[in-house]
Order: sequence, then structure tokens, then C-alpha cells
Amino acid sequence: MTYLFLQHYWCFIVALLAAILVFLMFVQGANSLIFSLGRTEDERRLIVNSTGRKWEFTFTTLVTFGGAFFASYPLFYSTSFGGAYWLWMIILFSFVLQAVSYEFQSKLGNLLGANTFRCLLVLNGILGPLLLGGAVATFFTGSNFIVERGVPLMGEQEGTIITSRWANASHGLDALLNPWNLVLGLAVFFLARILGCLYIHKQVDEQAFGQHDRIIQPLWRSTILFLGLFLAFLGHILTTEGYAVDPETGVIFMEPYKYLHNLIEMWPLLVMLLIGVVFVLYGICYSIWEKRWKRGFWVAGFGTVVTVTILLLLTVWNHTAYYPSTADLQSSLTMQNSSSSEFTLRTMFYVSLLVPFVLAYIVYAWHAIDKKPLTLDEINNDHAY
Amino acid sequence: MNLLSIDMTMVDWARAQFALTAIYHWLFVPLTLGLAVVMGIMETLYYRTGSEFWRQAAKYWQRLFGINFAMGVATGIILEFEFGTNWSNYSYLVGDIFGAPLAIEGIVAFFMESTFVAVMFFGWNKVSKGFHLASTWLTGLGATISAWWILVANSWMQHPVGQEFNPDTVRNEMTSFLDVALSPVAVDKFVHTVLSAWVLGAVFVVGVSSWYLLKHRHLEFAQKSLKVGAIFGLIASALLMFSGHHSAYTVAQTQPMKLAAMEALYKGGNDQPLTIIAAINPFQQPDYETTDEPPLKLAVPYALSFLATNDFQGYVPGIRDILDGYTRKDGTREPSLDEKIERGQCAITALQHYRKAKREGAPEEFLAELTAEIKANMPYFGYGYVKDRSQVVPYIPVCFYAFRVMVGGGCLFVLLFILLLWTHSAAPLEGGNKPRPFKERFVEGLALACIPIAYIVSEAGWLVAEFGRQPWTIQDMLPTWVGVSQLGSSAVMLTFCLFLILFTTLLAVEISIMCKAIKKGPQL
Ligand code: HDD
Ligand code: HEM
Ligand code: HEM
Repeated sequence: MTYLFLQHYWCFIVALLAAILVFLMFVQGANSLIFSLGRTEDERRLIVNSTGRKWEFTFTTLVTFGGAFFASYPLFYSTSFGGAYWLWMIILFSFVLQAVSYEFQSKLGNLLGANTFRCLLVLNGILGPLLLGGAVATFFTGSNFIVERGVPLMGEQEGTIITSRWANASHGLDALLNPWNLVLGLAVFFLARILGCLYIHKQVDEQAFGQHDRIIQPLWRSTILFLGLFLAFLGHILTTEGYAVDPETGVIFMEPYKYLHNLIEMWPLLVMLLIGVVFVLYGICYSIWEKRWKRGFWVAGFGTVVTVTILLLLTVWNHTAYYPSTADLQSSLTMQNSSSSEFTLRTMFYVSLLVPFVLAYIVYAWHAIDKKPLTLDEINNDHAY
Repeated sequence: MNLLSIDMTMVDWARAQFALTAIYHWLFVPLTLGLAVVMGIMETLYYRTGSEFWRQAAKYWQRLFGINFAMGVATGIILEFEFGTNWSNYSYLVGDIFGAPLAIEGIVAFFMESTFVAVMFFGWNKVSKGFHLASTWLTGLGATISAWWILVANSWMQHPVGQEFNPDTVRNEMTSFLDVALSPVAVDKFVHTVLSAWVLGAVFVVGVSSWYLLKHRHLEFAQKSLKVGAIFGLIASALLMFSGHHSAYTVAQTQPMKLAAMEALYKGGNDQPLTIIAAINPFQQPDYETTDEPPLKLAVPYALSFLATNDFQGYVPGIRDILDGYTRKDGTREPSLDEKIERGQCAITALQHYRKAKREGAPEEFLAELTAEIKANMPYFGYGYVKDRSQVVPYIPVCFYAFRVMVGGGCLFVLLFILLLWTHSAAPLEGGNKPRPFKERFVEGLALACIPIAYIVSEAGWLVAEFGRQPWTIQDMLPTWVGVSQLGSSAVMLTFCLFLILFTTLLAVEISIMCKAIKKGPQL
């Protein structure tokens, strides 16, 4: 295993974790629909309880994504989190609120009332996907930071010791001013809603939840909006110029059609991307067409993971700068200039071999809990949120 | 370069924010770790006996576990990302080493915990008895493994091992994973912290059970829970004393300044006594430069020497000795602060020259020479940023009093568990209103009062550990003010206030829900 291989490998793992996170945000998507989809108290409880059995996975994936990124690309971790402070803080706040809302909303003595906590779930359901999607878009559109390695530690005064810093005072909120970030953010939001609808469709007992048709409408609407936004974003990045790295010198320069070139030069990724998109569309459309088919969630979910992984890999493999700086081009982070040492990447590689075992018990436990759809009977008579 | 300057208050806010969020997180973690064992024991009893009683008892403690768990998770996520948001320079400089335990924690521990906690809560009627029991234990195991890795990370900051500075990337890089993961400081910290969490969990269980007894409710449940809790607690707290002693020994070897601050030992020497209590003004750093010891010092002769060196005559350096340099028993000399500062500055200057030479394409031999100079002085790198003697002395009153609260608490809990077992080993209580002996009710009252005390004691332990290592974020390598992000102090002040409001509100809700759930009692 060469250093270069390990760097590629860890890009892949981090991209995969991010993609799984996007898939698992079906929890947020479904939560954003608590009040519009659930008309009666029972229906709302069914929605909350169906996602309530899964939210820990989303949350833990977010935490692990952060940890894995820290370990393998510490310069990204320090630059992005320390720089885009407000963007990340808002995301974190919304996840904090979500984590307690499940447990608290239906309990005696919750002081603020069930609806307050459900509103917080809706808030997280909207902000989580939107802002995380926006943050992902900055891998293509760039961020406003400067990295000065080496200089920092040596300053005469104590002051001059910062390795990376944001070049403007808004500390990350500027990301929301770029319309393309919003386009991808909204696309992720609608994707989360699609997956949320498919999950409820699969997991909540039909009798308890009235008509299947109730799900169809938001599903349709979200799908159309998602497709429009996603295709617009895809069209944009494939035609715009991208941030390329000269492998010899490490110099970063703008290359027209960079991401399109990446797709063509790494053609297996193009094939995977198409497969991913087809799975997403098939999962949605066949669910609408054949109402008793419950696998749409898995099919579309698989497609989501593949598509997002490939999109992220486009920003980093094939001599591309994955975290471009709009303030100073040469500050941009690349796979090679921001990774951990070879030793650390190798150690972490061995740890990552445990992942299949982790996945295996997750699948087993998930299956054991979800064998039957969720009924009212169950949440009335057993442990429930 | 005005743009680059950091105001000191920014550092203070960042420290305050980390302290606030860590303290809140630590309100929930020990109960998670402690209750996990208690409910595991009870469910095992159900598994072995098939008795509905134990099933409901396990379910009851699991309900309380769930309420607490949610808050633990919510407060934890902030900490994980705070390294990046508030300590970004730190994250870059040591991320190569420090990131790994955090990543491993996520992969091997948090997933285990979050997968099996769902089975534990929602799987009672869906999976087999055996699988459910395994899930309960695996939830606790996941939590404990997560404690392991985060404490490895913390211990590495207290005692950096298995790493080397790389002048090309300008950061510290890992050279031995095993040294990091199994460092003696980490082992000590893990054992002591997990045991302390078990003790807190046991105090919680006996406290809640005592409340039922005092109120004459759920008598059978309360008595049996009390017994499980008291036995578990007694074992854990006895072990905790030993591991506490060992932690102090390790601190003496690796962080002598922390020990001196904990003991308010201004001037050290051989045959040192262990201070029980002394009159130190809590709001002011005492004058360690000109006085030899705090006023009204009450002490156990030779005990500190024994604690710190395993030898009643052993030499323990005081704050002034450490500042001025001293000779150890094995004849090696600990340099004075001035020498350390000089060597730290040497390392910084050599690094500066190295970077310049490298840019200008200087010959290899010259670079190797500079590298050697950097390496030789690297152990004192952080001292290069120190300007003043007082900067390297931690705030003594907090270290001193918090340490006494912790040790005092430890002794109190041992006593409590003994008293409980002694007064409650008689035949089970009958229902009815027969007045019970004062002795029993007194001990029950004490157990109830110990619940908040256990939390204070546990937090006090962390105050010792974290205040005692000031000003170092990484011992001897990185002072706090070199580790922060470049943010305005107003931004961090704002998030500090938001966290304060948010967490305090959520804590109030949590306590209210917890009390309601306790009042409702088990469904037997
Ligand atoms: C219920 C809680 C509790 C109790 C009763 C004790 N401890 Fe403790 N102690 C902790 C909870 C704790 C802790 C919160 O878990 C700490 C904080 C950091 C750490 O590693 O563990 C800690 C740290 C800690 C440290 C500092 C370690 C460091 O800075 O790295 C020392 C020297 C001791 N303990 C010693 C003792 C002794 C001699 C005790 C005698 C009975 C004792 N502790 C009881
Ligand atoms: C200050 C540094 C710390 C960080 C960055 C941190 C990080 C986290 C995070 C992100 C979570 C939520 C994980 C999830 O999704 O389940 C969490 C929960 C947890 N942490 Fe921490 N933690 C810290 C301190 C500690 C310490 C000192 C311990 C134990 C000794 C600990 C033990 C736990 C446990 C057991 C949980 C499980 C949930 C619960 O608390 O109930 N953490 N922590
Ligand atoms: C959960 C129990 C913990 C508590 C109650 C706690 C408490 C504190 C306190 C009081 C401070 C402020 C010290 C000062 O400013 O004087 C602090 C700082 C800090 N702690 Fe902890 N801590 C805990 C665990 C941890 C762990 C497990 C880690 C790392 C893995 C950690 C990393 C830090 C960092 C990075 C700072 C800021 C830098 C510094 O002031 O040195 N803490 N903590």
C-alpha cells in the first residue's frame, strides 16, 4: 500500500460516509413532514416513532463522518470547522435539538409541551439537509479561506500563529449567498423528503395510516423539485470550470470543464453515477406505480449512496482540489496537501477493516426491529417515544 | 499583520465554552456508564430466573437510562466538532494523532451503542430473550469502549507519547499507535473514570431506591434494587480508591506541576506530608513565590511522599522547585523554567530557519542539522511561547479544593455503601405503616442526599484534571493561546451564551421528566 493509495482510499471512505449520511437523512425528511403528513395525533405519533427507531444511525454517522475526516484530513477539519464557524454551529445546534426531542416530546413533565419538541424536529428536518447539502456544494463552488502553513508557528508575536483562517467576517454564512450552494442544499432537502416518504410508506402500517395516496402527493412534488434542482446543479458543475492540481508541482489552477473531464477520464465513475440515478428514479417511480411495492426505500436509498459517493469523488480524485479557496487559489486543499501522515492513514486503514462487521450487525439489528410494519397497537403498549 | 492577531479574551471564551460543554456532557455520561451495568445485572437475573419482577426492574432502569442517554448524545456531538470550530490550530497541529481515537470511537463504539440501544428499547417483544440480553450488555460495552477512546485522546493531551514533529508539514505526527492507545496515563484514566461512573450509577440507584423506601412505595422493588446497587457500589468504590491512588502516582510522574497545584505545595522536598485541608482563598491565586506553605495547614506526615513516589521519604517537587529546576532521585536534572523557555525558543527559531532554508533549496546537510536542533529542543517547544513565570502555574485554589472534594466524596461513598448493607441486610420490609427504625431512615436519607453529591464529586475530578494541566492544551507542547481558531471573541461569546441557555433549559426539562418517571415508579 503506497501513501497515494491510502490517500485515495480515505477520500473514498469519507465520501462514502457522507453519502450514507445523506441517505440516512430520510429521518430528517420524514420529520419535516410530521405536521403536513400526519393529520391526527395518532398519525403524528406513528411518524415520530417510525423515524425514532432510526435517528441514532443518522446521528452517529454524522459523528463518525466528523471523526474520520478529522483523522484522515485534519487540515480540512481545522479549516472548515474553524472557518465556517457559523454554518457548522447552526447545523450542530439543530442536531442537538433533534437528539433530545424524540425522548422528550411525549414524556410527562417535559415542561415545554409535545408540539414544541415536534417543531424542533421539523426545524432540524429542514435545516439539517439544507445546510449539509449547502456545505457539500462548497466542494465545487469554493470557500473563502486562507491557509498559511509554517508561517503561523513562527511569528514574533503570539498573535501570528494561525494555520488557516476565514478571509471574511461572516464565518461561513457567506456560503448561503452563493445560489448554487442553495440549489444543492434544496436538492438534498427534497431528496431527504423523498426517502422519508418512502420510509413511512414501507414502515408504517397501512391501516393505521389511512391511505397510501397521502404519501404519493408529497412524493411527487418532492421528486419533481428534486430532479429540477439536481439536474440544474449537475449541468452547472459539468459545464463550469473546476479546480485542478498539477500533480508535479502541486500548483492549483482553473481548468474549464474539469468535472466533466473527471467523469470521462474516470469513466467507471460515470457508469456508477448513471446506475445510481437510475436506481433513485426506479425506486420512486415504481413505488408510485405499484402501491403495494415496499422496496422503493431500499432501491432509492442504494441509488442515493452511489450517486452521492460518485459526486464527491469527482471533487477530489484525478488531481482535483476538493476544498477550493476563493480567497487564495493556492490555499485550496487537495487530497495530497491536506491528508494525515502515511503512518496514521495506514493505522486507520486497518481499523477500517472492522467496518464490514459493524455493517453486518447494523443490518441484523435493523432487520430484527423492522420485520413488521409499525402499528398503533405497538406504540400504545410497548416502549415508545 | 494586524489581521492575524488574536485577542486573549478569545482564548478565554473558547476555554470557557469547552469547559461548559464538557461539564454538561459529563453530567450525563457517568450515569449512562453506571446504569448500563445495573440494568445489565438485573436483566441477567431475569434471564436466569425468568421472573417477571426482574424483567420489570430492568425495564424501569432502562427507562431512566433512555431519558439520560438522549442528553448525553445531544451534548456529545458539540464536543466532537468543537475541536475543529474553536481549536482549529490545535486540530491541525496534532490532528494526525488526536483524530485517530475520535474516528475509532465513532466506528467501533458509537455504532455499537446506537444499534443495540434501539434493540434494547424496542425489541422486547421482537427478539429472543438471549438476543435482548446481549443487546443490553452490548449497549453498555459500546458506551465503555467509547469512554476508552475519548480518554485515550484526553490522556494524550496530558502526556503526549508516540509522536514526532515533522518540520515539513509543521505538525506532530504519529509514530506508534500502540504507545498512544495503551499509554499508562490512558490506562489509569480509563480505569479510574469508568469506576467513578459506576460509583455514580450505584449512588443513583441506591438513592432512588431509598426515596421509595422513605415514601413507603414499591417496597420489594426498592429493597432489591438497593441491594444490587449497594453491593455493586461497594465493590466499585473500593477499587476506585486504589485506582485514584494510582492516578495520583502517575500524575506525580508525568505532570508534577499539576500535583503541586493539587496539594498547594509551594516548596517541596523529602518526607512530604499530605495536606488534609488548609486556608487558601478560593478567589485568588495564593502567593507561592514568597510563602512556603498555605496557612492553617493540617497534614498527614510522609503521606504525600508515599503517594507520589511509593516511598515515605521520597522527594516531591513544589511549584518553586519546578520553576527553578531540581535534581531527581536518579540524578537527572529537571531544567528550570528559564532554560525551558530558552530551549523552546531555540526550537521555534530553528523551525523558522528550516522553513526558509527549505524554500530556498538549501543543501540536505544543512537541513539535517536544523532538523536535529528542532528535535533536540522539541520537548520544550511550548515553552517558547511563555513570557512569564506565572503563566505556567495552574490556578491553585480550584485544583486544591476540587481534589479534596473528590477524595472526600470517595471516602463518603464507601461509608454509605457499608452503612446501607449493614442496615438493610435484615429480613425484607413488610407493607403497612409500622414505623421503621431511625437508623434505617437516616441512612436512606443520606443515600438520597448523595445523588447530587456524586455529581459534584465526579465533576470535581475533571476540574482537577483539566485545570491542573493549564496552561497546556498539550503538556509542554502547546499552550492554550496557540491552539485556538481565529475567530472574534464576540462570536465565541455568543455561542457560549447560546449553549448556556440551551443546555440549561434542556437540563431543566430532563430533570423534570426524570422526577416524573421516578415518581411513577416501576410497573410491577
Ligand atoms: C465519583 C467520582 C470520583 C471519586 C469518588 C474519585 N474520583 Fe478521582 N477522578 C474522577 C472521579 C472520582 C474522574 C471524574 O473520573 C477523574 C477526572 C479525570 C479523570 O481521569 O478521572 C478523576 C481524576 C483524578 C485524578 C487526576 C488524574 C489526572 O489529572 O489525570 C486523581 C489524582 C484522582 N482522581 C484521585 C482520586 C483519589 C485519590 C480518590 C479517592 C477516593 C478519587 N480520585 C475518588
Ligand atoms: C470532551 C471530549 C468528548 C467528546 C468530544 C465526546 C464526544 C461524544 C459524542 C459526539 C457523543 C454522541 C455520540 C452518539 O452519537 O451516540 C458522545 C456520547 C458519549 N460520550 Fe462523549 N465525548 C467527550 C467526553 C467523554 C468522556 C470523558 C466520556 C467517558 C469517560 C464520554 C463517554 C461518552 C458516552 C458513554 C457517550 C454515549 C452517550 C451518552 O453519553 O449517554 N465522553 N460523546
Ligand atoms: C467530560 C469530562 C470533562 C470535563 C468536565 C472537562 C473540563 C474542562 C475544563 C473545566 C476545561 C477548562 C480548563 C481551563 O480553562 O482552565 C477544559 C478544557 C479543555 N478540555 Fe476538558 N474536560 C473533560 C473531558 C475532556 C476530554 C475527554 C477532552 C479531550 C479528549 C478534553 C479536552 C479539552 C480541551 C481541548 C480543552 C480546552 C483547552 C484547554 O483549556 O486546555 N476535555 N475541560
